[in-house]
Amino acid sequence: MDFRFTDEQKMTAEAVEGLLADLCQASDLRRLMESGDARDEKRWTALVEMGLQGALVAEEEGGLGLKPADFVLVAEACGRAGLPEPLVDNAGVAIPLLADIVRATGAGADLLEQALAGEITVAAAHPVNAFIADADTAGAIIAIWNDELFVVTPDAVELVRQQSSDPFRRLFTLAARPSSAVVSLPLSEAQAYLDAALDRGALFSAAQLAGIAQRAVDLGVAYSKERMQFGKPIGSYQAVKHLLATAQVKIEFVRPVIYAAAAATPDRNVFSRSRISHAKIMASEAADLACRTSVQVHGAMGYSWEVDVHFFLKRALALASWWGDARFHRARVATRVFGHPLGADQTFPKG
Amino acid sequence: MDLTYSAEENAFRMEVRAWLEANVPSAPLPSFDASREGFEAHREWERKLSEGNWGMVTWPKEYGGRALDLIQWLIFEEEYWRAGAPLRVNQNGIFLLGPTLMEFGTPEQKARFLTAMASGEEIWAQAWSEPQAGSDLAAVRSTARREGDEYVLNGHKIWSSRAVFADWAFGLFRSDPGSERHKGLSLIFFPLNAPGVRVQAIPQIDGETGFAEIFLEDVRVPAFNRLGDEGQGWHICMATAGFERGLMLRSPARFQMAAKRLVELYRKHEAECDPAIRDAVLQAHMDAEAYALSIYSTASRLIAGGKIGAEASTNKIFWSEMDIAMHRTALAILGARAELVRAAPAAGEDARWLEGYFFSLAGPIYAGSNEIQKNIIAERMLGLPRG
Repeated sequence: MDFRFTDEQKMTAEAVEGLLADLCQASDLRRLMESGDARDEKRWTALVEMGLQGALVAEEEGGLGLKPADFVLVAEACGRAGLPEPLVDNAGVAIPLLADIVRATGAGADLLEQALAGEITVAAAHPVNAFIADADTAGAIIAIWNDELFVVTPDAVELVRQQSSDPFRRLFTLAARPSSAVVSLPLSEAQAYLDAALDRGALFSAAQLAGIAQRAVDLGVAYSKERMQFGKPIGSYQAVKHLLATAQVKIEFVRPVIYAAAAATPDRNVFSRSRISHAKIMASEAADLACRTSVQVHGAMGYSWEVDVHFFLKRALALASWWGDARFHRARVATRVFGHPLGADQTFPKG
Repeated sequence: MDLTYSAEENAFRMEVRAWLEANVPSAPLPSFDASREGFEAHREWERKLSEGNWGMVTWPKEYGGRALDLIQWLIFEEEYWRAGAPLRVNQNGIFLLGPTLMEFGTPEQKARFLTAMASGEEIWAQAWSEPQAGSDLAAVRSTARREGDEYVLNGHKIWSSRAVFADWAFGLFRSDPGSERHKGLSLIFFPLNAPGVRVQAIPQIDGETGFAEIFLEDVRVPAFNRLGDEGQGWHICMATAGFERGLMLRSPARFQMAAKRLVELYRKHEAECDPAIRDAVLQAHMDAEAYALSIYSTASRLIAGGKIGAEASTNKIFWSEMDIAMHRTALAILGARAELVRAAPAAGEDARWLEGYFFSLAGPIYAGSNEIQKNIIAERMLGLPRG
């Protein structure tokens, strides 16, 4: 029993953090927002060059063969930076889903190869999500129409943009059934892969939400050290301290759940699903509280476009229901709680 | 990261389980805060634990421990709570003073006090707070005047848990008469039956006498009873507070068992429950798990040589709020019967929730109020300026 991340796991995350510290400052976010571009090509190229797109794909299929626990800190770092580009959904969810489909059907291998090489991204629909994210820039789209799942190239779909309050979320619905497909199969035959994708999606959303929550607190802390009222920094007053401390406590008690969920994700059983869902529910709550707290601590500035908090508030709002909302995930926790042994010796139950 | 138990850890769990199954009293012991009889029954249990070397499994063998690591301590606690074993009457000693003695005590002091502590032969109370020194602990006025090889203690301590029936207390005293605030304080042990000590029980919200006032009038103790250097008392107290709020005081297993009982209570009354109760029950389970996972994480870090920091404060806030929430949920399930005490024929064992609820209300107050903990988090973890 050892809860610590390995040096390798930490180094991967630190490499991403370092890159984001260079290329994903709030000023970078604003520049991208004003340009209206889908992505910052310099930043995206640098991320692709790290080679993480194949992180969760098996080595024999051309990936790195890493586990969710190796990627969870990367997702957290992306949340903390407010990364606009779809590294987490692409590498953490959609590409491994494509790899599953390719393995099952024997079709689409060339798209997977391009995705692993970083030449294209993969966007994935999922029954739990109302929209497909980043479909307009994807080279392969896993689409769903009624009871069918398709792997398509962009020319086969007509996308309808669904504008999000988050300036970096690019959400789409399909206007019609795809006109052609590289792969098509009944949804029921893809269920196992979709379930696995959901677990990864929920886990990495939780990790991003923890990162967002921490960033929101960090912004609030920085501001409350500088902002003077009644002759003192507002952060010296208990009313402000307690708001920020309360948000930080929430973050401290969701991180270990996320990390344990990451370690359990490959188990694919009722316990791992419950732990992932627990992480998702509580990370959403932590991010919600932290972002609202940060707005409050910033005072009128917190309600302004000028202060960066709103980027994180909006992302937190979006991710709270992305890959399953609280109701969905609570039902998965309930399956574990009401159907399986509980108690002090059940912290790490075996499947 | 490896979140599986080793073969050795699993074997240890089975060893603990077997011993507890053979030894835990079949009927619950009477409360140690309500009567001398209950207190002594718990002392007897401590003696039994220590005969099996289960008194404090993390302590060195020479003091009655087993020299095990914190993961094994967690496993022991899980099994202990799973077995429904009695509450630890000597928790102030074994969980708070013990680790502090281990860090700051001389070899002679360790030999004198630790073994007797682990065996329940000497049961400890804490004597820190004073009427004018609660959250502002540095305002203590009780004095320790040095006379030769002795200290002469005078003053008035309050809110001392277990002091009504305990044998010893560890107190914070001003040993430098001209000193102020955090300076000039010393941590000194005194027997509660020493001449000049008067203990006055304070009835609690639940009617029991879990805490007391201690009046000290020219109480003479040997200088040997001072832990650490003279004037180092504040520093040592803060280290003790770290243990208290940190890991030992409230092990996760306690709340996991409470969450399990809450789920059982809910299942029994599901049909009559407001739908919101179901979410609260699930929340109780999630919170107990989150606390356990967090403690496992901290334990791993400490085993690898880390130090406990502000998580001592985040833990304390989390478990104390969780404890209240769980009990409030149970009372909501019990509905009209929530107010009944054990004596009521319609209450029975369910009255345990009301008793637990009253006790949970003390959680955000003792061991440093949650408001003080939030200040600590804000200042030491987040780096906000002192007020």
